[in-house]
Amino acid sequence: MAEKNENKVSFKIDGRSYEGVKGESLLAAIRRYGYEVPSLCYHEAVSSYGACRLCLVEVQEGRRRKLTTSCNYPLQDGIEVFLDTEKVVHNRKMVFKLLLAMAPEAQSVRELAADHGVIDTPFEINKGNKCIDCGLCARVCKEIVEADAIGFSGRGLSKQMVSPYDEANEACIGCGACVVVCPTDCIGMKEENGIRSIVRWHRDLPMKKCKVCGRPFAPTFQLNHFADQIKIERSFFDSCQDCR
Amino acid sequence: MGTSIRKAEDLIKYRQRLLSSRGADEQWVTVCTSGCSAYGANKLIPAFLESIAKRGLAEKVRVKATGCHGFCQRGPLVVIQPRGLFYQQMRVEDVDEVVEQTLAKGEIVERLIYKEGELQSFEQEEDVPFYKNQMRLLLKHNSNIDPTSIDDYIGIGGYAALANVLGKMKPEEVCRTIKSSGLRGRGGGGFPTGIKWETCRAAPSEDGVRYIVCNADEGDPGAFMDRALLEGNPHSVIEGMIIGAWAIGHPGRPAGYVYVRNEYPLAVERLGIALNQARESGLLGKNILGSGMDFDIRINKGGGAFVCGESTALMASIEGHVGEPRAKHIHTVESGLYDKPTNLNNVETWANVPLIINQGVEWYTSIGTGDVSQNPWGGSKGTKIFALVGKVNHTGLVEVPMGTTLRKIVFEIGNGIIGGKKFKAVQTGGPSGGCLPESKLDLEVDFDALSEAGSMMGSGGMIVMDETTCMVDVARYFIHFLADESCGKCTTCREGLKQLGSIIDRICDGKGKDGDLELLADLSQTVSEASLCALGQTAPNPLLSTLRYFKEEYQEHIHDKKCRAKVCKALISYSIVSENCTGCMICAKKCPEQAITGKKKEVHVLDDAKCIRCGICMDVCTYDAVRVD
Repeated sequence: MAEKNENKVSFKIDGRSYEGVKGESLLAAIRRYGYEVPSLCYHEAVSSYGACRLCLVEVQEGRRRKLTTSCNYPLQDGIEVFLDTEKVVHNRKMVFKLLLAMAPEAQSVRELAADHGVIDTPFEINKGNKCIDCGLCARVCKEIVEADAIGFSGRGLSKQMVSPYDEANEACIGCGACVVVCPTDCIGMKEENGIRSIVRWHRDLPMKKCKVCGRPFAPTFQLNHFADQIKIERSFFDSCQDCR
Repeated sequence: MGTSIRKAEDLIKYRQRLLSSRGADEQWVTVCTSGCSAYGANKLIPAFLESIAKRGLAEKVRVKATGCHGFCQRGPLVVIQPRGLFYQQMRVEDVDEVVEQTLAKGEIVERLIYKEGELQSFEQEEDVPFYKNQMRLLLKHNSNIDPTSIDDYIGIGGYAALANVLGKMKPEEVCRTIKSSGLRGRGGGGFPTGIKWETCRAAPSEDGVRYIVCNADEGDPGAFMDRALLEGNPHSVIEGMIIGAWAIGHPGRPAGYVYVRNEYPLAVERLGIALNQARESGLLGKNILGSGMDFDIRINKGGGAFVCGESTALMASIEGHVGEPRAKHIHTVESGLYDKPTNLNNVETWANVPLIINQGVEWYTSIGTGDVSQNPWGGSKGTKIFALVGKVNHTGLVEVPMGTTLRKIVFEIGNGIIGGKKFKAVQTGGPSGGCLPESKLDLEVDFDALSEAGSMMGSGGMIVMDETTCMVDVARYFIHFLADESCGKCTTCREGLKQLGSIIDRICDGKGKDGDLELLADLSQTVSEASLCALGQTAPNPLLSTLRYFKEEYQEHIHDKKCRAKVCKALISYSIVSENCTGCMICAKKCPEQAITGKKKEVHVLDDAKCIRCGICMDVCTYDAVRVD
């Protein structure tokens, strides 16, 4: 680590000592040392949000011990982390049961829940749903792609991830980063007849054909956005990445 | 108003001038135009003005549209000052008589005096039992001053605390004073205000900016304490905030915000007027009272999301983002609004500040519970305002010393249960509070006693319930309220409350099953332990407290399919008591579903299959011939 010394902190995981950088995501630090903590809404490339509540751990800060999600916990010097206490396991199982009821069609949720010993839910099932409202798609769209084309509407139970007014949004470049990053595969993307469609955001964009091999490889709109974003000639994207 | 107050002496002189210019025979009529406007109180103002002018009394009598006086049950409320004569349930038709008899001749209009029973009548506001049993430190001026007049506020000694602080006290000393007073946050958390101020003061800010925020996003159903202060005495809140700015942000660049819900148009209007007046007279702006401190306060109107009362969501909302809370691993006193150290206090907390400065720590700590001399967590000091509503005879705003028993509030101030029915529970602390049973009536209400009993102080909602209230239904109402008001960010709050709601729904629908109560308790534990913010963490309280104190009602719903309060529609049925039915046909006519048939003077028949359990038949029957089982 190239950080300054003053930012270096020591902490413990289940009694063993480790080092990290002050303020980094506790979940990132835990995973760096090979421990497994489940999560669905976290991605190291974007800011933490704390929505899914799966990455629960117990943290001892001096005399205070608290249950917290680790993704949005900024690492501090001298803390002790406990990964699989009874409290953590019990609450995490309950979160899995809630998620199974919320998004019963999401394969990844079912698999992850099964890994943690939860295969069934006592709760009322929300039929046909895959989305878990984790908001990861929107964070990637805003922070990485810088398109900011989607966001949550409503609150509470009517909260949902949408494009504005649930219509195609000019700001969406059709890059598909949201589709790739979605933990429950609930956005949908298809490419047919030279058109790329991001199903959930109602966005259809014509794709550019490679000057060399003739294959439609990405939406023209997206390629122009990227060229402008990194300030290179748009002609750079005349050919696909295989032929370039 | 027409003065510029540049230093502490200007304020004293100006106040003397105001008081001496007041004629010895001056009178003023105060009319509550807050809650009483629902009874048509606003019409009283022009009626008084016209009647007073007609009798040539305009020089001697002022008419003031004021904030809430408190005794809402008896509105519209009018007080004739300075004598403190209390008139209740006043109508426009009464105005001429009051002007002629009382204002012109000094006589009392007997009919408008408050009475209890045949014998007791109470002329003076302070003698009315509803008020007499209170300790109105914050609310007392609501029936005296015009909230749109800074002169009125200065006249009652307003801004004297500010002049004292800015002239004589170091910021650290002010923080210490507030800490020693034992003042704790009135917004619900009960965190010691002085500690918060000191922490915020100590937090580093590169450019010296520290935000002083007033939380006026009062969203609890039935609660209107903060509204009453902003509508009735806005300068007291402003004065508290300026003192806070000095204590927390000086020397530096303190900046103020009041986050007030837009559904409080009168509060927004009166606060806006008060801020302008404070600015015009130099109490806000540059170099306040020659202290070297610049400070101003902006109003930020909230859009009505309950969750925006949570401090981090409130700050996100001021910044123009969606009102979603964030985890508070880094406290807002260190990094809050625009990532600057931010001190947020509730309206009522701010209003306490000038009182403490004026009357001192010794006086303030003599009111309330516990001992705060060693640490401010040691007790609850000062008064608390409660919005007393529900099945109680006297509803309204009640201000009592910390440590007052629930029994005194409900039975002495509130004058007991409507219709002589039996008390069942009192819900304190707003939607995330808890329901306390009869056995807790002698609980001395303060922050710690309420939490120990499974409820909380919250911002001060107090809903009284009687034997006709179903406790399962109450829990259902609050859980659904909170599910709707959850921001929806975290799984445990959004999905957890939804599932809690659906389990209670099925219990109320007579479809409850074995294991439901265990599942409710189990899920509640996760919602409170694993949710991100205080909304989710406290949301199961109404459920847990009713499970704790009224478990048998849940069991009856599940196992016996009975609702003892006869509220849950799926568990009750109506029928005609043939011995009592006279065949008057009134129930048959009023039944919206034509479920009752019968000829005149013949016993009627109720068709259970058609009945929607609305209870109208029972309400209209004067012969006790409808029963519900």
